[in-house]
Amino acid sequence: MELKEKLLSSFMVFEDKVDIDTYVHDIRNEAIKTFEEKGFPTKKEEAWKYTSLNKLLKEDYSVFPKQENAIEYRDVKKYFIYDIDTYKIVFIDGKYSSHLSQTTHDGMDVCLMSAALTKPKYRLVIENYFNKAATKDSLPSLNTAFSSEGAYIHIPKNKLVEKPIQIIHFSTGNESATMLQPRNLIVVEENSHVQIIERHQSLTSNPVLTNSVTEVFAKKRAIVDYYKIQNDNLKASLIDNTFLKQKQESICSVHTFAFGGKLIRNNLNFYQEGQRIDSILKGVTIIGNKQHVDHNTLVHHIEPNCESHQDYKGIFGENSTGVFNGKIVVEKEAQKTNAFQSNNNILISDKATINTKPQLEIFADDVKCSHGCTIGQLDESAMFYMRSRGIPEKEAKALLMYAFSNDVMNSVKIPELKQRITKIIANKLGVNLGFDL
Amino acid sequence: MLKINNLHASVEDKSILKGINLEVKPGEVHAIMGPNGSGKSTLASVIAGKEEYEVTKGNIEFDGEDIDELAAEERAHKGVFLSFQYPVEIPGVSVTNFIKTAINESRKAKGLDDMPAKEMLKLIRDKADLLEIDRKFLSRSLNEGFSGGEKKRNEIFQMAMLEPKLAILDETDSGLDIDALRIVANGVNKLKNKDNAVVVITHYQRLLDHIVPDFVHVLHNGKIVKSGTKELAHELEKKGYDWIKEEVGA
Repeated sequence: MELKEKLLSSFMVFEDKVDIDTYVHDIRNEAIKTFEEKGFPTKKEEAWKYTSLNKLLKEDYSVFPKQENAIEYRDVKKYFIYDIDTYKIVFIDGKYSSHLSQTTHDGMDVCLMSAALTKPKYRLVIENYFNKAATKDSLPSLNTAFSSEGAYIHIPKNKLVEKPIQIIHFSTGNESATMLQPRNLIVVEENSHVQIIERHQSLTSNPVLTNSVTEVFAKKRAIVDYYKIQNDNLKASLIDNTFLKQKQESICSVHTFAFGGKLIRNNLNFYQEGQRIDSILKGVTIIGNKQHVDHNTLVHHIEPNCESHQDYKGIFGENSTGVFNGKIVVEKEAQKTNAFQSNNNILISDKATINTKPQLEIFADDVKCSHGCTIGQLDESAMFYMRSRGIPEKEAKALLMYAFSNDVMNSVKIPELKQRITKIIANKLGVNLGFDL
Repeated sequence: MLKINNLHASVEDKSILKGINLEVKPGEVHAIMGPNGSGKSTLASVIAGKEEYEVTKGNIEFDGEDIDELAAEERAHKGVFLSFQYPVEIPGVSVTNFIKTAINESRKAKGLDDMPAKEMLKLIRDKADLLEIDRKFLSRSLNEGFSGGEKKRNEIFQMAMLEPKLAILDETDSGLDIDALRIVANGVNKLKNKDNAVVVITHYQRLLDHIVPDFVHVLHNGKIVKSGTKELAHELEKKGYDWIKEEVGA
């Protein structure tokens, strides 16, 4: 049976099993209809021109993985940022793992989507926010139809959340192929500040396909720093759909570190619904080994006096493919918009490919918008300089790659996270430089 | 120490060095002078091991060993150092971390452990003082936003740290004001001893007032056309290069 058919028939079973809240039920039903109509995206669609899901969809995924909780913290510790105190919301094969998690209801909610979707006390929040930012495209709709579990974070007014929140999804591969559809909802009220680290990690050599949706609502003057670590194995693929709605004077940043996985598609969408908003989108991609990473961004400038800053760096090795498609829309009312976008790429192999495409739709006349993209090779003269000082080729390459991604690394505000990412890069490049950059 | 025999080198099939012979012994200072385009910087790069240049004839010996086939880093590990005319900027890597990496990689190549952090720190401080380098400067990104003089001083600082047997200074005087020139030259002179050697590549005489050469060679059209003592440099300063061109019938 084709995956689409399988999902459609599974939906009936799914709706029987889960809660009977009619509000959410209606949204799910609407969503499955949308998915049925649209189906999985194909390369015929402009937004999917360079990324094909065909091969991935041929696997016989289990849509409702069996629960598997046999993970000990010591075995997966390395996937956590463990040297600082954090909240943790951890899932194993799509199910909440209480023994790996550290949640709270103390003055704020750092807990589970399943609770939010079913308990009456969250009803108002769900009605106000659930599926209010996600688009009606086919993959987000598919996620909506099956949405039952994920992270639910609600930070009340005037709260500085001192500990970062880690959201980690593990898959154990106790079935031959697994499809996961986590759903996260994050609401940050006025003047509050929160930092979130998200990671998807497969612990198996069986194929895993994750179709994730995250909705973030940042109210007036809220600050949200969101970090995505994508360093999965070569059998795991991720379609990450993230939507951020920002109110006036809020500042939201999303950093995406894409180092691993078979195929990664990041659909990252910002909507500015107020004045003097700042949206920051940054990414470092380092891949090789037939990997594919596609960053598809949208910044929608709706009101005047707002800013957006996009800075994506990519390093592409052997047989890898990268895509950057950055769309900026400036509405007629959004005068005095400052929108910047830059995408710099280095190809370190003749067999690597990058497709980069800025897309600007500007309807206002008093705006500053700039975009630039570069594709190059590692600087030969810099290589010679370092090697002439006794630094071997591999280490010299690594130093240049660090230097190249430095602008993005520098804006990571959690030092332990920055250190960890530096280590991941060093591991990936097979070097030990003996110091942290 | 360095023995260059009938060296021919080309880049992209363009012949640049056309039969260089040069011998540098421990304790000596050699100056290589010559007009623009004569092949001075190419000679420096070929000795240091830049891959773009192809040695088509002849060879380079270092301490009795043919080093033509060695990678740039391997030559560095043996004690060859090139101070660049245009040092490269590397954002995000501090001067300190860069030199630490360079030193420890050299030690690794020799089968030694990393230099203990304390010892490294002391060495860095001593050498920074020698070149009158502000400590704050050491935590800046390598060469990024450095003035011409700062870049050159940083090159000599790295040389002081690495303590090479053979230092080739490629146009180290360009971009230096008179005070910086004095500091850099003092640094080089203090590092000089009977076991190491310096090759100064320069267009002008002024650096040679501070780093006094034992021998001066004039490079023209890919060949050493005249060799002499430091008086030759004075003569060149006064008369320019044209008379040499005429003398060799170019």
